[in-house]
Amino acid sequence: MSTKPIALVRTEPVSSPLVERLHQWVTTVDHKRLGILYIVYALLFLVIGGIEATIMRIQLIRPHNDFVSPEVFNRMFTMHGTTMIFFVAMPVMFGFGNYLVPLMIGARDMAFPRLNAFSFWMTAFGGLLLYYSFIGGDGLYGAGNAPDVGWFAYAPLTAQTFSPGHSTDFWTLSLLISGFGSVGTAVNIIVTIICMRCPGMTLSKMPLLAWLNLTMAGLVILAVSPLTAAQVMLLIDRYLGAHFFDTQAGGSAVMWMHFFWVFGHPEVYVLVIPAFAFASEIIPVFSRKAIFGYPVMVAATVCIGFIGMSVWAHHMFTVGMSSSANTFFVLSTMAIAVPTGIKIFNWLATMWGGHIDFRTPMLFCTGFLFQFLIAGLTGVMLSIAPFDWQLGNSYFVVAHFHYVIVGGILFTLFGAFYYWYPKMTGRMYNEALGKWHFWLFVIGFHLTFDFMHIPGILGMPRRIYTYEPGRGWDTLNLIVTVGVVFQSAAVLVFVYNLIWSYFRGKVAGSDPWDAWTLEWSTSSPPPAYNFATLPEVKSRRPLWDLKHPEDPDWHYE
Amino acid sequence: MSDRRSVMNDRVVQSLGAWKKLVVLFGAALTASAQSSLREVSPTNIFAPASTPAHSIFDLSMFVLMVSAAIFVVVFGLLLYAVVKFRKQRTSDSREPAQVYGSSQLELAWTVIPILIVVVLFLATARVIASIQDAPKPSNAIEVTVIGHQFWWEYRYPSLKVVTANELHLPVSDPARPTPSFLTLLSADTDHSFWVPRLGGKTDLIPNHPNSMWMDPTEPGLYLGQCAQYCGTQHAKMLLRVYVQTRADFDKWVEEQRRPAAVNTTISEGQRVFEKTACVNCHTISGTLAKGRFGPDLTHLMSRETIGSGALPNTPQNMRQWIQDPNFIKPGSKMPAMGLNESELTAVTEYMETLR
Repeated sequence: MSTKPIALVRTEPVSSPLVERLHQWVTTVDHKRLGILYIVYALLFLVIGGIEATIMRIQLIRPHNDFVSPEVFNRMFTMHGTTMIFFVAMPVMFGFGNYLVPLMIGARDMAFPRLNAFSFWMTAFGGLLLYYSFIGGDGLYGAGNAPDVGWFAYAPLTAQTFSPGHSTDFWTLSLLISGFGSVGTAVNIIVTIICMRCPGMTLSKMPLLAWLNLTMAGLVILAVSPLTAAQVMLLIDRYLGAHFFDTQAGGSAVMWMHFFWVFGHPEVYVLVIPAFAFASEIIPVFSRKAIFGYPVMVAATVCIGFIGMSVWAHHMFTVGMSSSANTFFVLSTMAIAVPTGIKIFNWLATMWGGHIDFRTPMLFCTGFLFQFLIAGLTGVMLSIAPFDWQLGNSYFVVAHFHYVIVGGILFTLFGAFYYWYPKMTGRMYNEALGKWHFWLFVIGFHLTFDFMHIPGILGMPRRIYTYEPGRGWDTLNLIVTVGVVFQSAAVLVFVYNLIWSYFRGKVAGSDPWDAWTLEWSTSSPPPAYNFATLPEVKSRRPLWDLKHPEDPDWHYE
Repeated sequence: MSDRRSVMNDRVVQSLGAWKKLVVLFGAALTASAQSSLREVSPTNIFAPASTPAHSIFDLSMFVLMVSAAIFVVVFGLLLYAVVKFRKQRTSDSREPAQVYGSSQLELAWTVIPILIVVVLFLATARVIASIQDAPKPSNAIEVTVIGHQFWWEYRYPSLKVVTANELHLPVSDPARPTPSFLTLLSADTDHSFWVPRLGGKTDLIPNHPNSMWMDPTEPGLYLGQCAQYCGTQHAKMLLRVYVQTRADFDKWVEEQRRPAAVNTTISEGQRVFEKTACVNCHTISGTLAKGRFGPDLTHLMSRETIGSGALPNTPQNMRQWIQDPNFIKPGSKMPAMGLNESELTAVTEYMETLR
C-alpha cells in the first residue's frame, strides 16, 4: 500500500458516448458496479417471477377455471419457484453483499474482482438460459417447452421417460451454471472478510452485516455443492444411461430428495441470514441505539448456520422415513427456533428505550419482525412431524414459506433498498412514495398469505391447476388472488420511486441517516476506490466514535 | 386401538401439569362442539378427524397451536408495546437515547425458556410419532395395496382377491373390536401421495420404495382427498374417494367385486370393438381377453360412482365423452383417444354399462 496521500478531488465524469458507458458496465470488475448489476438483474427477474405468480393466481380464482391449461400452469409454478429462488433472491443478496461488504469493512474492493465479474455473468447467463427454454425447450420430441417438473424436480419425473424433450435440461443446466457463479461469489465474500478488513477491525469489531454474510457464504459453499453434484448425476442419467435416480432401472427417488433438500434447506438460511443482516443494521440506526447483545447475535447466527445443515429431511416427513429418523429431524428443526428466537428478542431489546424513527426502511423492518414471528411459529408447527403429515405439501406450507420469503426476507430487502439507495445513487428516495409502497404491500401481503394458510388446513394440496367446488376453498382463493392486486400496485410504486428518485431525488450527502458504519464515511455514491485513505477503527461503530468523542463505544466493548 | 390412544392421552395430560391440563380440556370441549361445524366447513378439513391416527394428530396439533398462540401473544404484545412506546417524539430533544450493549441475564432468559418449550413440544411429538408409525398390525387388519399411477389409483386387496380403482372401500372399525386397514403404498411411475385428511396424514407413494400407513375409520361415510405430491400434468385430478362402510355392507361389496364380469352368451358388438382395439392392452375385464394392467380394472366399472379418478360422475354421457377423448376432459391423461366412429363409440359405451 502506497503511503502517498491519494487525491481526494473527484474527477468530474466526462460524459462519454452511451456505447462506451455500457461497455464499461459490461467489463467492470468494481464491486459496487457488480453489486448494482446483480441487484438490477434480480429486480428484472422479480417482475418476471411476479407475473408468473399472477398467472397462477388468476387461474385459481375460482374452481374449474380455464384461464390456462394444466401444462402452462405446471410450467408457471416451476418457473416461478426456480426464478424467485435462484435468479431473484440469491442474486439480490449477493448484490447487496458485494456492494456493502467491502465498504463496511473498509476495503477498496473484493478480494478477487475478476472472479466477482465472472460469478455475476455466470449467474446472469444461467437465468437467460432458463428463459431460453420457452423458445428452445421443445427439443426433438415436440414436448412441452419451459420446465414443468416443479422447482424441486423430484425424481423420477425428471427422467427421460416422464420428461422427454429438453425442458428439464434447461432447468438442470441453468442451475448448474448459476451454481458455479454462486460458489465463486461465496468464496470471494469469505476471503474478502477474512483478509481485507481495515486496520483495527478485529472479527469481534466487524459490523453484524459482515458476520452474517460470512455465515451465508459458508452455507452457500456447503449447500450448492450437493445440488451441483445432483444436477450432474441427473444429466448423466438422462444422457449417458446411468441410473442414479431412474427408478425404472433400480435408481432411487429418495436419494434425489436427500440431495435436493441438503441444498434446499440451508438455502433458506442463505437467503434469510442476509435479511437478518439488513435488519441488524437498520434497526439500530433508526432506534438510535447500539445493537443489543452483539456477541450473542453473532453466536446465534453461526449456530443457525450449523444447525441449518442438519434439518433438511423435515421436508421429507411424508416419504416414509423410520420413526427414529423422523424424531431426530423434529428435534433438530425445533432447535433452530432457539437461536432465531434470540435474534428476535435482541432486535426487540435494541428498539426498547430507543427513539424509533419510522421512516420507510424502519417500517419495512418492523413489518419483518411481526411477520417473521408468525412465520417462525408456523415453522414450529410444521416441524411437528405428525402435524406435517397433514400440512406438508398443502397450501399451509406454501403460505408458511411465503411468509418467510416475502414477509421476512423481501420486507427487510425493501428496507435495505431504501436504506442504501442514497449511498448507491447519491439521491434520496421519495419518502411519501416509500410509505405508499409499504402500506400497499402490507395490505396485499396479508390478504394473500394470511388467507392462504386456511385452504391448506382444509385439505388443498399445492401445485394443482384447478380444484373441485364444495370443499370450502373457493372464497379463500378469491381473497388470496385479490391480494395480488395490492402487491403488484406496491411493486409498481417501488420501481417508479427508484427511477424517479434517480433523476429527481434530493441530493443525499454522504451520511443521510446519521449512521455509524464505514460506508457512510465516504461520498455517495462512493468513488471507485471507496476510501481515499483506509480508515482505522477502534469499535463496532466507528462513526459513533467520531461523532461522540466524549463517549466513544470502545470504552465499553 | 382407541383404548391405547386414550391411555396415551391420559399420560400426556398427566405429564403436562395442572394448568396445561386445563388448557387441553378447554381445547377438547371447544373442539367437540365445533367438530360438526368443522366438518361442514370442508369435507377435507384436517380438524375434523375420523380415525385414530387423525385424532392423535389433531390432539397434538391443538396443543401446538395453543403453545404457539401463547408465544405469539407475548412476543406480539412486546413488539407492539415497543413500537408504540418508543417511537420518536416530535418534541424529544435531539440527544441520543442511553446506549445499552446487552444483558447477560436477559439473553440467558430468552435462550433457556425457548429451550424448555422445545423440550416439551419434542417429547409430545415423539410420543405421537411412535404411536402412529410403530403401531403393530393386528391379525384381523384389512390389507390393501395402493398403487399410484399417472393419474389414477389402483387398489388391490390381496387376501380378499379384489382389484378395483379410484374408489377405495374400507370397513368401519369398531373401537371395541378394532379392524384397522393397513395400506401398502407403491408407485407404478412417479411420486404420488395418499392424503385423505379426515382419516390421517399423508404418506408418499414412491417407486422402488414401498411405504405403509394405517387408518381405522370410526364412522361410515364418504371421505375425500387427493394426490398430494406433484406427479405430472394431471396431478390436480387424481382425486381420492374412500367409502367407509359398515362391516356387513363392506362384506357385500367384496362379494360383488369377486364375481367375474357378467358374461353374455353372445359377444356384444361393444365387447367385440373393445377387444379388437388397443383397449385390451391397458385394461382388464375378468373373464375376457382384456388383461392389461396400465389402466384401471373395468370388471365392475358400473359399481363406481365416478370416472377419470373422480373427475366426473359415472353417467352414460360422461362415459361416452371420456371414451371419445379423455384428453378433452383431463388434458394430459395417459389414455389416448381411440378414434372410434359414432356407432363403435355407442357400442363400447353400452358394453361398459353392462360391467356391473
